[in-house]
Amino acid sequence: MIPAPAFLSNPERFMAFSRWAAPLFGLLAAGLGLAGLWLGFSAPEDYQQGDTIRVMFIHVPAAWLSLFAYMCLGGASFLSLIFRHALADAAARAAAPLGAAFTALALITGSLWGRPMWGTWWVWDARLTSVLVLFLFYLAYLALRSAMDDDAKSARAGAILALVGLVNLPIVHWSVTWWNSLHQGSSVFAKGGPAMPAVYLTPLLLMGLAYIAAFGSLWLVRIRGEVWRRRAEAAQARLAGA
Amino acid sequence: MSRVLDLLGRETALAWGRGGGAMVSGGFYLGMAVLLPLAIGPEPGRLSAIAPGAAWTALALSTLLGLDRLFERDFEDGALDLLALSALPLELTCAIKCLGQWLATGLPLAVLSPLAVIALGGPIALSPLVLACALIGGLAYSFLGGIGAALSLGARRGGLLTAVIVLPLFVPPVIFGGGALDALAGHLPWRAGLALLGAYTAAAIALGPLAMAAACRNALS
Repeated sequence: MIPAPAFLSNPERFMAFSRWAAPLFGLLAAGLGLAGLWLGFSAPEDYQQGDTIRVMFIHVPAAWLSLFAYMCLGGASFLSLIFRHALADAAARAAAPLGAAFTALALITGSLWGRPMWGTWWVWDARLTSVLVLFLFYLAYLALRSAMDDDAKSARAGAILALVGLVNLPIVHWSVTWWNSLHQGSSVFAKGGPAMPAVYLTPLLLMGLAYIAAFGSLWLVRIRGEVWRRRAEAAQARLAGA
Repeated sequence: MSRVLDLLGRETALAWGRGGGAMVSGGFYLGMAVLLPLAIGPEPGRLSAIAPGAAWTALALSTLLGLDRLFERDFEDGALDLLALSALPLELTCAIKCLGQWLATGLPLAVLSPLAVIALGGPIALSPLVLACALIGGLAYSFLGGIGAALSLGARRGGLLTAVIVLPLFVPPVIFGGGALDALAGHLPWRAGLALLGAYTAAAIALGPLAMAAACRNALS
């Protein structure tokens, strides 16, 4: 097994680790984000896109994170299904709303960026469509989790759904690409330059790291919250029994 | 083998009788085919352009109707416990349930689908492919729907939840079937779409029962 989850699978150790790791990641996210934004906004205007190029620094990392969060959700679900570990389930449950939020952010900023660039809020392009379907997967997962009262049952049902989604996502992405190439090709996505110059690449990568750190921090905080909620419920059950 | 056939007979009969079964989904399907021209306008040119796609989408939605009771009824009256204890593996039982659901609702819907396309003004030459897509795609819908139905066992408002879970899974078959129909209507090569639809259906039949059985065991535990 991977060493990090093995070390963190002990709830006590996890709580001790996340107690300082969560704020640390938060600080890291703030620092990297500030640096990325500073560099991003001081970068020169793009010769084609003008000022709107700066949307990229917010939009592209959000799109990365929307997939990254689903990988985390799938991985945690896998561990939860195989080892029936409560902490893995807490991690899966905590990752889903964050992933949905990043996906929504990617969709919204993409739409805001598309309006000045392509002259439309939305195109049924392959990538946009598959991100929208990814958002629907998150919603389905959240709906399933919130509709079940029993924690253990909701954990396993959610894990099965997350894994079904994990198998399906590449197929969805591929099928949407196939569908899109079947219809007339979209001209808005013609590749601009060959490679991105460093003035844009550096802030983009900084923002990507900042988003990952922010996700890590929020994820840890949410897992902690989930652990506390379960402890509170267990305490309540003990009190009611006594 | 006789066990399998007995179970298939039971499931088909239940799916047929369950809340109207084929009548309800067929009626819903035709109702949607009637509502579309009312909303879009009766001009033949406009309608016939969207006829195959509209009929295909309506078919996908109509298969959702019977799904919510696929496992729920047996779960409530305890039959699912007995099925889980039987000599047949639960995976096979789930597959048979989906097959029965398809026989009782997917098959009648598939027979209706060329009718809906023609009524919407689609070309008659499309009918064989519409039927083929509806038959193959219907199987995929039924097996994917079974995953949603099994997962929402024991949840509040299970029926609605099934639809929310299942609809994103319907994306690839809707695309493949719609693509094949669209290509044939536009005199383009259509075999790729049909082949991909078949491949997706085969994968759904192979993998879906694993997820369904795991979900049923979880609900019964």
